[in-house]
Formats: sequence, structure tokens, C-alpha cells
Amino acid sequence: MALVEREHLHDDAGRLSEATAGDFVALLKPRVMSLVVFTAFVGMVLAPAGPNPVLALISILAIAVGAGASGALNMWYDADIDAVMARTAGRPVPSGRVAPGEALGFGLVLSALSVMTLGLMANWLAASLLAFTIFFYAVVYTMWLKRSTPQNIVIGGAAGALPPVIGWAALTGTVSMESLVLFLIIFLWTPPHFWALALFKSGDYARAGIPMMPNVAGAASTRRQIFAYAILVAVSGVLPTFAGFASLAYGVAAAVLGLAFACHAWRVLAARGEDPAMRAEKALFGYSLVYLFAIFAALLCDGLLARLGG
Amino acid sequence: MSEDRVKPTEAQLKARRSRSIAIAVALAVFVILVYLGTLTKLGPAVFDRAM
Repeated sequence: MALVEREHLHDDAGRLSEATAGDFVALLKPRVMSLVVFTAFVGMVLAPAGPNPVLALISILAIAVGAGASGALNMWYDADIDAVMARTAGRPVPSGRVAPGEALGFGLVLSALSVMTLGLMANWLAASLLAFTIFFYAVVYTMWLKRSTPQNIVIGGAAGALPPVIGWAALTGTVSMESLVLFLIIFLWTPPHFWALALFKSGDYARAGIPMMPNVAGAASTRRQIFAYAILVAVSGVLPTFAGFASLAYGVAAAVLGLAFACHAWRVLAARGEDPAMRAEKALFGYSLVYLFAIFAALLCDGLLARLGG
Repeated sequence: MSEDRVKPTEAQLKARRSRSIAIAVALAVFVILVYLGTLTKLGPAVFDRAM
């Protein structure tokens, strides 16, 4: 029997890979990574420290790679459920382009490299926070919460909310109240964002056996919770002004953006699922992405103006 | 024995080349970043080694 046939009978460890570099880039979840880079950068700009541009750039890259590594570990562990969901079936592992072991090795190596690089080039508090974020996303969220509780993305949202805290810590060596406000904005934004998606993708999640809120508590309860969180999102958006590290102009912009968020959530609540096209839910999901980008872009402009003015 | 060897297909060769180039670029970027970061962090002190 030829060597290759014998190996194919047992596992795919000896197969010749057809994975391209693009498949490994896809493992890093580039769209999530871009949001991580953006929010971490805003954390750095708002931090009260004069950054060295080279070290700041390396820190941002390390945070981005760390976030990507946690994405690769998530795709390694979740390949079974990704395969049954239309949204994720084309990912590199469930589609068979990248072997599970390759994704695991890729994620672990990049995790170690990113944490070490951030520790050596910035400081070990930022590196510890990055290591915690990777652990929280890959182990606490992916391996535990995601498959066991409808509060999965509420608690797991902490991982996505930490990048601005890491960016702030990379420059100042501290975790401050201001960076925790940035954390709170993303943390409170996560549930309505993902529950809007879960409402119009509930069939996908049900097939995969993931206990998302609409599948466990029902659509009506999810709509009420989305609205409650939307109010909290709107309030958290203006906190930077009240906390004194953003201008009044930012506060006004954040209030308008938050009001629009609450209006979108109200339409989801009022729709009661009577529209089969789920337009209100899709609109809220789309707007939530615009909201987070706009809030952090406004904070970025505010921070840059303060730096130029000061 | 030679018939037991696996002959890569065109697609596998192309994919391997793509991965090899990506690894080379990533390694080069990493080396440059560590070099620049070390110089920036230590400055002239990088040459200041006690004998």
C-alpha cells in the first residue's frame, strides 16, 4: 500500500496542504482585527502619554496579532459548529482548506509571539492584559460560555472590549478609569449587536445548538433586552464627556448617535418579529457597526485635537 | 519505492509557494520590527555592555 493511502486511512496529518497564505490570514478574522486595531489605537491616542511612534506601531501590531491569534484558536475549536452554520461554513477549517492542528498551532504560536513582543516593546501590564484577552476569548468564551449559556456574548464581550484598555496600558503602564469607560462602551454594545444578528440568524444558531438568547429566552424577551442594553449603550457613549476626558462637542455627537441606537432598538421591539424580512433587526445590526465606529472615530478626533491644542 | 512518493499537484505547489512567501515576509517584518524596537527602546545604550 502506498504511503499516502495508508496515512489517509488514519488521519489527514500527512496530506499535502492546499491552504494558501490567504486562508491563514482568514483564520485571523481580519474584520474583527481591524476593529481591535482601531479601538486600541483610540485608547493610545487618548492616553496621557507622549508615545514613541515606533513602539506605538509595534504595540498596535502586537495587539492586532494577539487578537488574530485568538480568532484562529476560536476557529480551531468551533470548526464543528461553524460547519453547520451558513455564515461560517466557508471558513478555512470547516471547509477543509486548513487542518485543525494547523489552525491550533498557528493560533498558539502567534499568541505567544504577540504577548512576548508587547511585553518587551511596551510593558508587561499591557502584555498580561493581551494574554488575558486571548485566554478569555479562546477558553472562557469559545470553549465554555458559547455552548453553555445564553449570556455567552454578554460575558464574552469583555474580550472584545479590552483592546482600548490594552492600548492605554501599553502607553501609560496603568489601567485607569478613562480606559475602563472605553471598555464599558464596547462591553455594553456587544449584546444588542449580536442579539440583533441572532434574531435574524436564529435558525443557524439552533442548527448548531448554540444557546443564543432568542433560542433560549425567546425572541420577545431578546427584543426587550436589546432595548434595555441600547439605553445603556446610549448612556455609556456620553460618559467620556462627563468623566472629563472628552469635549462637549463629542458628548453632543455621542448623544445623537446613542439616541439613534435607541430608536433602532425601539423599532426592533415594536416590530415584534411580524416582518418576515426582519428589516428592523438587520437595520439595528448594521447601525450598531456604524455606531461603534462613529463613537471611536469621534473620540479619536477629540483626542487628536486635544493633543494638537495642548 | 519511488512509486510510493506523493507527487504534489499544481494547486498544492501553488499553495505551498504562497505560504512560503508569506512566512518569509512575516519573518522579515518581525526581524525589522524587533531591530527597530530594540534601537528605539535602548538607544545608544544598546552598545553599552559591561565587560
